Amino acid sequence: MQFFAELFGSYWADVQLVVWTLIKIVAIVLPLMIGVAYLTLAERKVIGFMQVRIGPNRVGYFGLLQPLADGLKLLFKEIILPTASNKALFFIGPVLAIAPAFAAWAVIPFDATLVLANVDAGLLYILAMTSVAVYGVIIAGWASNSKYAFLGALRSAAQIVSYEIAMGFTLVGVLMCANSLNLGNIVMGQEGGFWHWYFLPLFPLFVVYFISAVAETNRAPFDVAEGESEIVAGFHVEYSGMAFAVFFLAEYANMMLVSMLAALMFLGGWLSPVPFLPDSILWLLAKVAFLLFLFLWFRATFPRYRYDQIMRLGWKVFIPITLVWIVVVGAMMQTQWAYLFH
Amino acid sequence: MLFTDIVFYVLSAILLFSGIRVITTRNPVHAALFLVLAFFTAAGIWLLLEAEFLAIALILVYVGAVMVLFLFVVMMLDINLDKLREGFWEYLPMAGLIGILMVVEMTMVLAEKNLHPSEAVELPANYSNTAALGKVLYTDYLLPFELAAVVLLVAMIAAIVLTLRERKDNKSMNPAEQVKVKRNDRLRIVSMPAEVEEAPAAPTEEKK
Repeated sequence: MQFFAELFGSYWADVQLVVWTLIKIVAIVLPLMIGVAYLTLAERKVIGFMQVRIGPNRVGYFGLLQPLADGLKLLFKEIILPTASNKALFFIGPVLAIAPAFAAWAVIPFDATLVLANVDAGLLYILAMTSVAVYGVIIAGWASNSKYAFLGALRSAAQIVSYEIAMGFTLVGVLMCANSLNLGNIVMGQEGGFWHWYFLPLFPLFVVYFISAVAETNRAPFDVAEGESEIVAGFHVEYSGMAFAVFFLAEYANMMLVSMLAALMFLGGWLSPVPFLPDSILWLLAKVAFLLFLFLWFRATFPRYRYDQIMRLGWKVFIPITLVWIVVVGAMMQTQWAYLFH
Repeated sequence: MLFTDIVFYVLSAILLFSGIRVITTRNPVHAALFLVLAFFTAAGIWLLLEAEFLAIALILVYVGAVMVLFLFVVMMLDINLDKLREGFWEYLPMAGLIGILMVVEMTMVLAEKNLHPSEAVELPANYSNTAALGKVLYTDYLLPFELAAVVLLVAMIAAIVLTLRERKDNKSMNPAEQVKVKRNDRLRIVSMPAEVEEAPAAPTEEKK
């Protein structure tokens, strides 16, 4: 320690800060990666259960080592580079898909004090990061120089841009109630038991947010960007090995991110549902797990939407609902019932 | 101070490089992506200026929405680049003159205020740019702000109306009608006697 302190001289404090921040980043990303790995296993187990199958059960007890085996398999596979593809962009695609999915976690609070960057405009930052994520899909689809990949990219771009508007409006409702863009303050605004959580006064916005979140992450029943029966595998049809796995990591990390956001903004984050139980990060994890289970449940039970139905739902149903409810919330806040919306 | 200086110069270098590449690269998709990179680094420089709301709004609006739609269009166009480049040297003097004029004008307007960094106010760490902007926008500048919003709304409605036309061969479906459909509208159950398959004719005739 002394040696390093002398080596860096007056910059020692800065170096310490950088190293400490890097350690904190690893402390978030590592559990996230493990969570992603076991979310894939949970998905296969849950869908297996719903379809009266067993699911993976060969590798380790109850298939617990299955994600590791899958990861190793993908790691050792060859990454095929299509001859007519745009080489640089072909590799930038997966990177741009996964980078925003991880970067957004920087402002997520796990506890009243446990947060990497306590940013005032945290909600805006997350909105910006999730809107950047679409570039991975578009660039991958275009650089592959394949019809199916290109169609998948176009579908995904149109879908994400459409649903982002509805999603942004739902967040407007939340920040009207919380009077803050800081995620920690939004959670603390819901203190005092589950009847204070924002999902009750903002119920239509909560429903719109969660369905839009499913659409934003390209999950079934909104997975037309992949649409196996129509366009093979959509934007990642030309990818193999680890490059393909990176898209999957990004998809699952995004699922966890939007579930985490829904838990923080509408379900009280780490606050306990009843006042006599202590607040804890376990509550947050339980809420996120429940929302993730809904994702898997949707996938197992809903048929894929037709493309024009997706566009209609986004533009003609969700956006009017959110606009009306924002006006309702704004009007109610001027009446004697304003306390219901805080 | 040193670290932020390094960050500033790195971001500026990337910004200038991507700005030049936007107009020099041959592939329009690459040009659009370089423009995205330019927006992104510009947002980084704004963050250094502690203008976090503007920086995030730049990424959210331009990178996240405008450029996605732009890429969407550019990727589907079949642009002949050689034709686009034909009059380059011919227009260069005029374009250069306009460019220089714009730079001079901008310097005249902005230099007075901005070339004296010592005057910049050191703000406390908990100062919220977003809240301050919101307060100013909805009190002092309420009328201009609302006016700008109405102008944007009119432009948006106009753009939709311009492209709105009823096509006779339109095959779009009405979801309300689709939902209302009953089984009897689509399906007719006919009662008919069971068909009995006749025994295949003896193949003796074909042999002849």
